[in-house]
Amino acid sequence: MSFLSVKKLSKHFGGLIANNEIDLEVEKGEIRGIIGPNGAGKTTFFNVISGFYQPTSGSVTFKGQNISGKHSSEISKLGVVRTFQRAALFPDFTVLENVVIARHLRANNSLVSAIFGNQKKAEEANVKRSAEIIEFLGLGDEIESLASNLSHGHQRQLGVAMALATEPELLMLDEPVAGMNSGEKAVMVGMVKKIRDEWGVTVLLVEHDMRTVMNLCDRITVIDFGEKLAEGTPDEIKNNDKVIEAYLGADDSVA
Amino acid sequence: MLKSNSMFIKRWWPAATIIIVFAFAPQLFETFWGRMGMYKLVLLQVFLANVVLAQSYRLMTTTGDWTLCHYILMGMGAYTTAILAKFYGVPFYLTIPVAAICTVAVSFLIALPLSRTIGFAFFIGSFALGEFVRYIWEKLHFPFGGSRGLSNIPRPELGQSGDWYFVDFSSRMDISNLYYGTLILAVFALVLLYRLDTSRFGNAWKSIYSDSELCESIGINVTRYRILIFCVAGFFASLAGSLLAYQWGAIDPDNFGMIEMVYLIIWVVVGGVKTYWGPLIGVASMSLVFELTRPFDEFRPLIFGVILISSLVFMPGGLEVLIPRTTRFFKNLVGTKEVS
Ligand SMILES: Nc1ncnc2c1ncn2[C@@H]1O[C@H](COP(=O)(O)OP(=O)(O)O)[C@@H](O)[C@H]1O
Ligand SMILES: [Mg+2]
Repeated sequence: MSFLSVKKLSKHFGGLIANNEIDLEVEKGEIRGIIGPNGAGKTTFFNVISGFYQPTSGSVTFKGQNISGKHSSEISKLGVVRTFQRAALFPDFTVLENVVIARHLRANNSLVSAIFGNQKKAEEANVKRSAEIIEFLGLGDEIESLASNLSHGHQRQLGVAMALATEPELLMLDEPVAGMNSGEKAVMVGMVKKIRDEWGVTVLLVEHDMRTVMNLCDRITVIDFGEKLAEGTPDEIKNNDKVIEAYLGADDSVA
Repeated sequence: MLKSNSMFIKRWWPAATIIIVFAFAPQLFETFWGRMGMYKLVLLQVFLANVVLAQSYRLMTTTGDWTLCHYILMGMGAYTTAILAKFYGVPFYLTIPVAAICTVAVSFLIALPLSRTIGFAFFIGSFALGEFVRYIWEKLHFPFGGSRGLSNIPRPELGQSGDWYFVDFSSRMDISNLYYGTLILAVFALVLLYRLDTSRFGNAWKSIYSDSELCESIGINVTRYRILIFCVAGFFASLAGSLLAYQWGAIDPDNFGMIEMVYLIIWVVVGGVKTYWGPLIGVASMSLVFELTRPFDEFRPLIFGVILISSLVFMPGGLEVLIPRTTRFFKNLVGTKEVS
């Protein structure tokens, strides 16, 4: 039984076939990359796995449990948590508050206890763990900054911190280095490696930036026009004729 | 320990001062206005119910859902209270909670379809469902009294004369007991609303307003939370409704119509919704304007229209944005430097 198993997953938008019978097997502990040109259907694939879209057909199984068609918040509670291609955060709150809120949403306490109960102890533990996550991701200096005041790179890092705050087993990152300069990219790459190596979180990431993907991923899946084109180690992908033709050759800014 | 105590005092002295002033209002009013004081006390009583209503509406808007049927929810509370008290002689300490539970149930039914919509569809949908409820009140003679509504709602009573715990709310000449009852319930509701606002539920609701997609991704069921806030806001609106039913002694469907709803929106917009204090300031200032314009009441829609538009244009954050400015101004005036 593999960790995440996607079988013949399709997503149609009216006549548009954004995902066409894509298969994907992700092993526990790996960093898997999904690459493909813009509009290939990568984000759609993420949206279907994480429950934001209902699949047209096909299934998604996580640790043996069928999660396709489940509500996105439910899938997140099961340990499959995704980030967004944009910098998604709560701008009016500080970095620490953002992460604490992400943890709150996990705690399923009742309205009555929220009003009358003394949340101090649970709250202290929450804040402690949140600070730990922020520190771990190297955002320690910004812990009291307002999220809206962060640089783009830091905002994307905060997005990852919030996803991590929910204690996921599978972290899905949608273009984590999009719009970053090379320094910020290096930080993010180091961060993702650390999350897998030290915390054992399995990572599935969509990326446009070739160098990042080649550096980071154990295995890579290539999607083009909504279909799986190839799969393999970074070296195999680099030398795959179909991939070179469809993707690498078309754009000389990559590799 | 000492430090946290002084923090506590620092945070709560404005609220405590206001409550103390309200507690002595009957005596103060009597001293200033003599027998006219009772009339002013009625206004203050209505004001308290309106504050609870506005504060519950502010809670509703934290997810970004501006409904048009909040007055209907208050009406649900008022009608249930009135029916139970008038036809079945149920005492107030039962009518108020039972009315709240009924209103929560109705809120849930209204919220179910509404939670599938956002933005404009939600806005119009809430109007349609609210008017549907009002239509039922208007058409059903029993138990709602049709378009003439219900009158002669008995005043609340606690025990019978002779019991040591007997409290008489019924006197029309001296309404201070009713006033104190209102004050206690209002403070109770406002404290709960404050606790909710700062609880993790409050944070979750604000987060939904900020970015509902992000909330879904970190495990919040946005639909469920939006239904929940509707029910919670309905609960507190119902408390306000119960208070008004007892204060007025008569209600009819027009008490809970669109005009009232528009005034509620004006209170909240003029005061601001970002902080807890916004609606309080909004209701206070607008009630004042309402009283001052009593001599030219045919111009009131115009006056409030102008107020609403100028507030949107010149102070989109509401009057509450003045709080930090004024406190800073006074601190500078006194010459104390804020340490933290
Ligand atoms: N909600 C939607 N409705 C209609 N079409 C969509 C929607 N989301 C994505 N698409 C279309 O699906 C295709 C794949 O988009 P996307 O998954 O965002 O690509 P990628 O992330 O690989 O750049 C595009 O043609 C896009 O226009
Ligand atoms: Mg994309």
